[in-house]
Amino acid sequence: MSIKKLVIAGAMAIMMGGAPALADMVFPSLSYRTGPYGPNGIPFADGYADYFTLLNERDGGIGGVKLKVIECETAYNTEKGVECYESTKGEGALVYQPLSTGITYQLIPKATADGIPVLSSGYGRTSAANGKVFEWIFNFPAAYWDGASIAVNHIMDVEGGDINGKKISLVYHNSAYGKEPIRTLEELAKKHGFTFTAIPVDHPGQEQKSQWLQIRRDRPDYVLMWGWGVMNSVAIQEAANIRFPMDHFIGVWWSGSENDVLPAGDGANGYKSLALHGTGIDYPLYADMKKYVIDAGKGAGDGSHAGEVLYSRGVYSAVLAAEAARKAQEISGKKDITSADMRDGLEALEITSARLAEIGLPDFGAEFKATCANHGGSGLGKVQQWDASAKKWNLITDWIASDRELIQALVEEDSAAYAAENNITPRDCN
Amino acid sequence: MSPAFLNFIEIVLNGLMAGIMYSLVALGFVLIFKASGIFNFAQGVMALFAALTLVGLQTGQVPFSHLINAIFGTELHHWGSGLHTVLAILFTMALMILLAWVIERVVLKHLVNQEPIILFMATIGLAYFLEGFGDLMWGSDVKVLDVGLPSGGSLWWEDVTRTWVTEGSEYWGMYIDRLDVAATSVAVILVVGLSAFSQYTATGRALRAVADDHQAAMSVGISLRTIWVIVWSIAGFVALVAGIMWGSKSGVQFSLSLIALKALPVLILGGFTSIPGAIVGGLIIGVGEKLAEAYVGPLVGGAIENWFAYMLALAFLLVRPQGLFGDRIIERI
Repeated sequence: MSIKKLVIAGAMAIMMGGAPALADMVFPSLSYRTGPYGPNGIPFADGYADYFTLLNERDGGIGGVKLKVIECETAYNTEKGVECYESTKGEGALVYQPLSTGITYQLIPKATADGIPVLSSGYGRTSAANGKVFEWIFNFPAAYWDGASIAVNHIMDVEGGDINGKKISLVYHNSAYGKEPIRTLEELAKKHGFTFTAIPVDHPGQEQKSQWLQIRRDRPDYVLMWGWGVMNSVAIQEAANIRFPMDHFIGVWWSGSENDVLPAGDGANGYKSLALHGTGIDYPLYADMKKYVIDAGKGAGDGSHAGEVLYSRGVYSAVLAAEAARKAQEISGKKDITSADMRDGLEALEITSARLAEIGLPDFGAEFKATCANHGGSGLGKVQQWDASAKKWNLITDWIASDRELIQALVEEDSAAYAAENNITPRDCN
Repeated sequence: MSPAFLNFIEIVLNGLMAGIMYSLVALGFVLIFKASGIFNFAQGVMALFAALTLVGLQTGQVPFSHLINAIFGTELHHWGSGLHTVLAILFTMALMILLAWVIERVVLKHLVNQEPIILFMATIGLAYFLEGFGDLMWGSDVKVLDVGLPSGGSLWWEDVTRTWVTEGSEYWGMYIDRLDVAATSVAVILVVGLSAFSQYTATGRALRAVADDHQAAMSVGISLRTIWVIVWSIAGFVALVAGIMWGSKSGVQFSLSLIALKALPVLILGGFTSIPGAIVGGLIIGVGEKLAEAYVGPLVGGAIENWFAYMLALAFLLVRPQGLFGDRIIERI
């Protein structure tokens, strides 16, 4: 070897040795694959992990940095969720998506103190949409109060714009999650002149005879549902049993998966739920998912859930996190981002139809743009309806907007109370 | 009759039938506690496991398919269109008997003469094992269970009761779920069958002898271990019946194991050692919680039936610590 080659080889070795290795981007997954809520937790966790695996396998990660999903089993238990957070936050966690309103509530002060963002898409504390108070918490593309308003707006559409004098009941999981829409529905009842009744169901909701006897006696025009797990399938079965018109029974987006309707068989036909995104595997992304992840044996599960509602929810949540990470790299100008960079990425995130099409999910989700003040997105949702004979959800509306004027006032009120309780001075976002 | 009074009757009737559903679960606890003094924490999971197995056999699912596919890279999911319901029930029952035998050989045999708390803790371990084993064997998806039981409200009963209302009143007729009626019929047959079995068969008398006094029963040649296998098998059968009834309502999913929570107040109230106690306890709890939910619930925000059932049971406990029908325990010092 000539001296020249030796010098070049030596210089290259020094340069390569001196270059810092890029650490993986860490996305903890507080999953629940066991316990009574496992059937819902599994497809979500699979979809969430599979999307990151796809980015690794197909694109080599994001901006050349590999992605790492650390799963921690919470069994949908708030204490375990907090333990999972504590045990994974030191791994370089960029963002938490706990898939539990209870866990989200517990993580809000902790994650804020630790400087790690929490993204609770379609769940969690609705007033976290106010970025001036909740600097580290995000809940786009829509929150529960949007859901309540979207459901009422859909009913108004069906009823020709007037629901004055109608009776609307809410069957809800008797927990922080289930109680979220009550205040909004009370305000909407005042505004639109309908009678509102809230009917709680205790965990897990296996026995709901009392609640449905009450509904049968009250004869509401519409029933809304904020349920989760077995509560959903029992409620749909009981509604079918009392011959409640299923197209007047509308669940939130957490009460609209295949798990909820299949046990009731034909009785569930016509049941409606809100939808944050499309379902099914007729998206170009799923072809890649099949090629690079499922058929390659690298899926988190066996791939049988691909295209189901909750698998799609997991994919969508992962898409939002990945897009925010991409944005964070762009803003910070570095590939190796921190959780603070990730927060900036989430706050500057813009999801457009064009970008969704590029990802391989055309018309899958609503367009939205997060800002310093708005961490809640556009508050849009669709309505899907179950076809029992085809065993398929069909989207039956276009994007429906929530009553932003009313909800924004409630968000301001609730977040101001939170800020006062926790001595938080709201940020100036102007 | 006024609609309000008819509504009251409707709530009582539905409460009685909900109570029967709780009794179906409580029966399994009673059988094992009577024969062995063990509070079987795993009874709810046994109901889940039995229901999972039944659906798996009905639908032709390959057991442990996830594990097999993961290890061998195969694509096994189903072996055919599945078994006829009757055959599937028989095979499930056979598996529950096998399970009883394994539990006796692996767990109980080694814990003879141990403190009741040790045996209780062993059943906690058994519950966790069985839940995981069921998951591994049949997967954790929500499964649809259809054994041909009727479901939905009875139109005939609605029409009949609609004529009972005072003229001019608005009334929709009384609601009764046909699945609950079927469950009640099955529970009656089950209790009569179990009572006849324990009264008129040699094995049944041996079971009662063991329940009365282990040592005395063994001294006359009754095999404690055989009796344990038999009684766990019967509890497995009761678990299968409970699993079918509850699984038909909600689909077979892992929350099914939580139905045991519904049986506890029934046991506290009815006594841990009485089959009639499990039935009467279930009826009282069922009616009590439904009336409380309907008439007290609206005053306090609703969703009170779960804790009300426990409160009712505890109130009885203050008066009769052994439960309504339980054996009074007298310990001489």
